[in-house]
Amino acid sequence: MSILVDKNTRLLVQGITGNEGLFHTTQMVAYGTQVVAGVTPGKGGEWVLDKIPVFDSVKMAVEATGANTSIIFVPARFAPDAIFEAADAGIPLIVCITEGIPVQDMMRVRHYLDQKKVRLIGPNCPGLLTPGEAKVGIIPGNIAIPGNVGIVSRSGTLTYEVLYALKLRGIGASTCVGIGGDPINGTSFTDVLEMFERDPQTEKVVLIGEIGGTDEERAAEFIAARMTKPVVAFIAGQTAPPGKRMGHAGAIIEGGAGTAADKIRALQAVGVRVARHPEEIAEIVANL
Amino acid sequence: MKLHEYQSKQIFARYGIPIPRGRIAETAAAARQIAEELGGRAVIKAQVLVGGRGKAGGVRLARDAQEAEQLATQILSMEIKGLPVRKVLVDEAASIEQEIYLGITNDRAARKPVIMASAAGGVEIEEVARQTPEKIIKVHVDPLLGLREYQARDIAVFLDLPREYWRSFIAITQGLWRAYVENDATLAEINPLVITRDQRLLALDGKMIIDDNALFRHPDLAEMRDVDEDAPAEVEARKYGLSYIKLDGSIGCMVNGAGLAMATMDIIKYFGGEPANFLDVGGGASAEKVAAALRIILSDPNVKAVLFNIFGGITRGDVVARGILTALEEVKPRVPMVIRLVGTNAEEGRQMLAQANMITAETLAEAAQKAVAAAKAM
Repeated sequence: MSILVDKNTRLLVQGITGNEGLFHTTQMVAYGTQVVAGVTPGKGGEWVLDKIPVFDSVKMAVEATGANTSIIFVPARFAPDAIFEAADAGIPLIVCITEGIPVQDMMRVRHYLDQKKVRLIGPNCPGLLTPGEAKVGIIPGNIAIPGNVGIVSRSGTLTYEVLYALKLRGIGASTCVGIGGDPINGTSFTDVLEMFERDPQTEKVVLIGEIGGTDEERAAEFIAARMTKPVVAFIAGQTAPPGKRMGHAGAIIEGGAGTAADKIRALQAVGVRVARHPEEIAEIVANL
Repeated sequence: MKLHEYQSKQIFARYGIPIPRGRIAETAAAARQIAEELGGRAVIKAQVLVGGRGKAGGVRLARDAQEAEQLATQILSMEIKGLPVRKVLVDEAASIEQEIYLGITNDRAARKPVIMASAAGGVEIEEVARQTPEKIIKVHVDPLLGLREYQARDIAVFLDLPREYWRSFIAITQGLWRAYVENDATLAEINPLVITRDQRLLALDGKMIIDDNALFRHPDLAEMRDVDEDAPAEVEARKYGLSYIKLDGSIGCMVNGAGLAMATMDIIKYFGGEPANFLDVGGGASAEKVAAALRIILSDPNVKAVLFNIFGGITRGDVVARGILTALEEVKPRVPMVIRLVGTNAEEGRQMLAQANMITAETLAEAAQKAVAAAKAM
């Protein structure tokens, strides 16, 4: 077991013929993910890697291949439309890697998806990895092994660090979920914690947060109320100055809210072990 | 991207929001000329992209054109929170009965736009929110449905606005909503919106922040960016697609990934140093980007050591190392370089860097300690 993606995932790649899309499709196929279709409007009828059919629309791709998950690699100005298209074609799980989608677009996307009961991971995220089963995203496959630690993070390379440090200690992951660094995203920490709590393979959870917003504080409330599995956390941005966007659109302390100190306090108050630096995360997990 | 008051008000005016008559001046003589046109009495307002300009003496009332010139001279020679004042807005002076706050922003937690209003206008809304939150009304707007007229009316009722102002207030609120949506703002704020003695509603001050990610569809707004107000190194970084923020410490950081970059700054502090900057060099860490990033980091005279923290995932460590070495040959840094490479082919990469006399480290903790020590030895 795992969450969200596994060896039965039938993946569709939106933007499959672009540079990014093609590169990561190759990587995902090499990892063993079942990539069943691609979509690039205007390139329907072509083939990618000699075996993946390309369609003009998501609807046609779903009808022909039974794809049940979509990953989006299209530029920011087209990404909201790509998400709407996937949702309207009946795809229940959409992973959007694209960075730089305007925040008002994301508010409209999120409200539309909520009405449709479609799950979006991201945007501005590295996607999902269930080691040994499926890679739906850009997380390097060779840095993680299968195991019992669920990982959820707003970050990219910081998450890779943790996966890799765990692997060096022989510790594996059930599923690694990158929820993305944007202020408005499709899936929150709490959503993923709830899935890990229910997943029998996951025994421990690592939560990697950062400055901005209050998603970590809400996660702390959920942990106190519902979580039985131990959670280890790390919050990046303790030295970040207020009012400055630290790379990620969502990583900003505004009006005194969203500081690392507030988040660490909220998590510690509900019994979460908070690592002082990234390497300590694997150490704490190993000793749980 | 923050807009100046005069830019924000010009946008508001396009949406039917009444603003005072006035123009922008870059010299005291021009300020005098504008004041004369306005009939003498005028408000001279420093245009800088920081809060607190009123307290700093950057907003002054002139009784006549001559005084307008004197005050403009003073204000144009000021620095407010380190930013030199290059322009003043010369506005007609209004006589004020009441001050209202009206603003629209993104509520992250609710994932919706929120309109906030208060009869306690003229002061910072954060301050009102802290001290007297009951004086603020918050109305969330469905992003798919848009602002409904009844919502604007509800706000007017909450503010105890006399009925004769309702129609005009609703029109202003709707105009502000359109300005917020059509310009992809993350903040559109009128503070204060005043009732004048001659019984008009007037937007005396305005502020807009535009979503940087949406500038691709607003070339007109992108041109309004006042690069004079940004640190030169940040402007330079933007050209190369690098995300750089200058801080006050002595250890420069070059990291791939925003989260990892923040974590690297934090660990420097944890081991007793102070980070000089935030810098995300992006995915591949190519030689060209690394060289540009290094030049930017070293343009800060406080930097006594540079810490590279690169996670090679899909990009192999030896390729990253080669990129770093090429960049170092070009830039020839004068301070010690500590490099930590992890991930695929990291060992090979580390050997290449060690042979080139870089200080290398296997763990982030080790790298941070070495960088702190190197900076202290300088």
